Amino acid sequence: MTSPLVELKDLTVDFPVGGNWVRALHGVSLTIRRGEALGLVGESGSGKSVTWLAATKLLPAKARIAGEVLLDGRPIQGLTRDQMAGVRGKRVALIFQDPTSSLNPVHRVGTQIAEAVRLHRGFDAAAARAEARRLLDRVHIPSAARRIDDYPHELSGGTNQRVMIAVALAGEPDLLVADEPTTALDVTIQAQILDLLAEMRRETGMALVLISHDLGIVADITDRVAVMYAGRIVEEAPVDALFDDPRHPYTQGLLAALPDVGGPRRRLTAIHGQVPNPAALPPGCSFAPRCPAAIAGCVTAIPSLDAVAADRRTACFRARPATSLEIAA
Amino acid sequence: MLGYIASRAFRALVTILLVLTFAFFILNATGDPAILILSADAPPEAIAAFREEWGLNAPLWKQYLGYLWNLAHGELGRSMRDGRDAWAVVSERIPVTLAITIPALIIKLVIGISAGIIAALWRDTWIDRLVMAFSVTGYTVPSFVLGLGLMLVFAVQLGWLPAAGADSWRHAILPIVTLGVAGAAVLARFTRSAMLEVLGQPFIRTGLAKGLVWRAVVIGHAFPNAAIPTLTIAGFMIGSLVAGAVVVESVFAWPGVGRLLVSAVGNRDLMVVQAILLLVTVTMVSANLIVDIVYGFVDPRLRTARGGLARGGT
Repeated sequence: MTSPLVELKDLTVDFPVGGNWVRALHGVSLTIRRGEALGLVGESGSGKSVTWLAATKLLPAKARIAGEVLLDGRPIQGLTRDQMAGVRGKRVALIFQDPTSSLNPVHRVGTQIAEAVRLHRGFDAAAARAEARRLLDRVHIPSAARRIDDYPHELSGGTNQRVMIAVALAGEPDLLVADEPTTALDVTIQAQILDLLAEMRRETGMALVLISHDLGIVADITDRVAVMYAGRIVEEAPVDALFDDPRHPYTQGLLAALPDVGGPRRRLTAIHGQVPNPAALPPGCSFAPRCPAAIAGCVTAIPSLDAVAADRRTACFRARPATSLEIAA
Repeated sequence: MLGYIASRAFRALVTILLVLTFAFFILNATGDPAILILSADAPPEAIAAFREEWGLNAPLWKQYLGYLWNLAHGELGRSMRDGRDAWAVVSERIPVTLAITIPALIIKLVIGISAGIIAALWRDTWIDRLVMAFSVTGYTVPSFVLGLGLMLVFAVQLGWLPAAGADSWRHAILPIVTLGVAGAAVLARFTRSAMLEVLGQPFIRTGLAKGLVWRAVVIGHAFPNAAIPTLTIAGFMIGSLVAGAVVVESVFAWPGVGRLLVSAVGNRDLMVVQAILLLVTVTMVSANLIVDIVYGFVDPRLRTARGGLARGGT
């Protein structure tokens, strides 16, 4: 059994807010196996982006990060920012939400792809340009030979996200973290980008972490899903198991709020209330104030993320086999 | 692009004409060159002869049209003080002014831009606060106060440098420093805020995510973008190379274009004033034009906006 590709162990992140430290991430542990596709789902502010920005040291220097990040079983949190640059792009590539502002407006897209090619594969300028062209073809940008000299503002958002994917592929990474890659795009373009991500994963065998607020998007192209709420993972399960049998009330709520295209007509249900302010989390389970299934124990103790079945973890007292708490209540 | 330059050049011509027209009438309305140059005690016959010689008896609109006519034929007129060609009087001062404004410009660019970059990269540290304190001081203290202060310290108290005049290169040091410090302060502020703005952009994070080290991101991705707003200010400074030193030249008795302008206005030596204004407007307008053209090279977004059809994406 080889070590997993990436392991996050008890990752915490605190941000300074007006003289205080506010905890944005409360001990996130997550394992990415080689070649697998993991969906990371949660509302905005749940910490899904922060998790990966922290793991790759892309958070502002003022953020305080603790915990362990292992790459191939070796800790990388001791690396300096510059040493970390050797990991980013080469081992772990990232793409972001707004593709057009994620590309440098004053450089041609071909130059921006070639820059990553030269950096990670030591090509000379001409070879890097040829490779950039090939990458543009691979991400299915029509007439790549002409687009290579375009600037980001001359291209659509969808095309720019394809360019971003080409940049990410340039270093032949083992893991691609796609942070809300389709949120800023038209619905018709979203599906194309997701298809492209799935295709690239099949072709290269890289692992994929797809960060999204939308369970529906994640379901299509991932194997496993982790649901985050208020800086914690609350449920983790293979994607089919999660959809068939969600154990955490928050996951159940997310699924109930998801329109079901094929199924019978039903009323969508919203989750009541709002995501708590990270500076003022409730004392027990962060979801307890909104939880339809909350019991007395939920507001006093924080449930840990425990295995509830093979390959499934849930952080909910109510999700345990009906023994202690439920009966006690 | 050519059409764009032509339209800019036409607007520049209109600007120049307006400036010259205003100056012509305002200077004529506010003083009589015959009396100012010959002095009020001069015999009436001498004043009458002076007026006759310079055509000052003609109606103002005739003088104005005559001036424009000559100008259109490349004649800038003659100085009423000594009868020399006005352009000759002005042009001999240009190198004198450039001798202090060009070194000052280099100081402004080098110190101002690097201080702004350093402040931005070390934001909210003591380095940033030090640079900004220096910048705010240089920004708010008027140049004549700064000039006099430097003169007091380095010429009067320490006696290291001459206070005024233009006899040697040592005389140029204080005027250069005075000009340079004020300009560097302005440029440092602009560069800092331009850098901070750019460093907050998502493409900076992309550069890091790609695997570039911070230095490479700053140089390859932040600088080219931060250069765009900084260029505007630098363009202004280049435009004021010829006439931006009026105050400092007066403080240090530096015999450049600025001092010539002050004395020519005082004497109502109209043709000299007009020649200087023409020179200033032309350099200002050309500097702006050059900056605009350079913008197009630095920022591809402006290039398409200006050059016509943007190519469509998919």
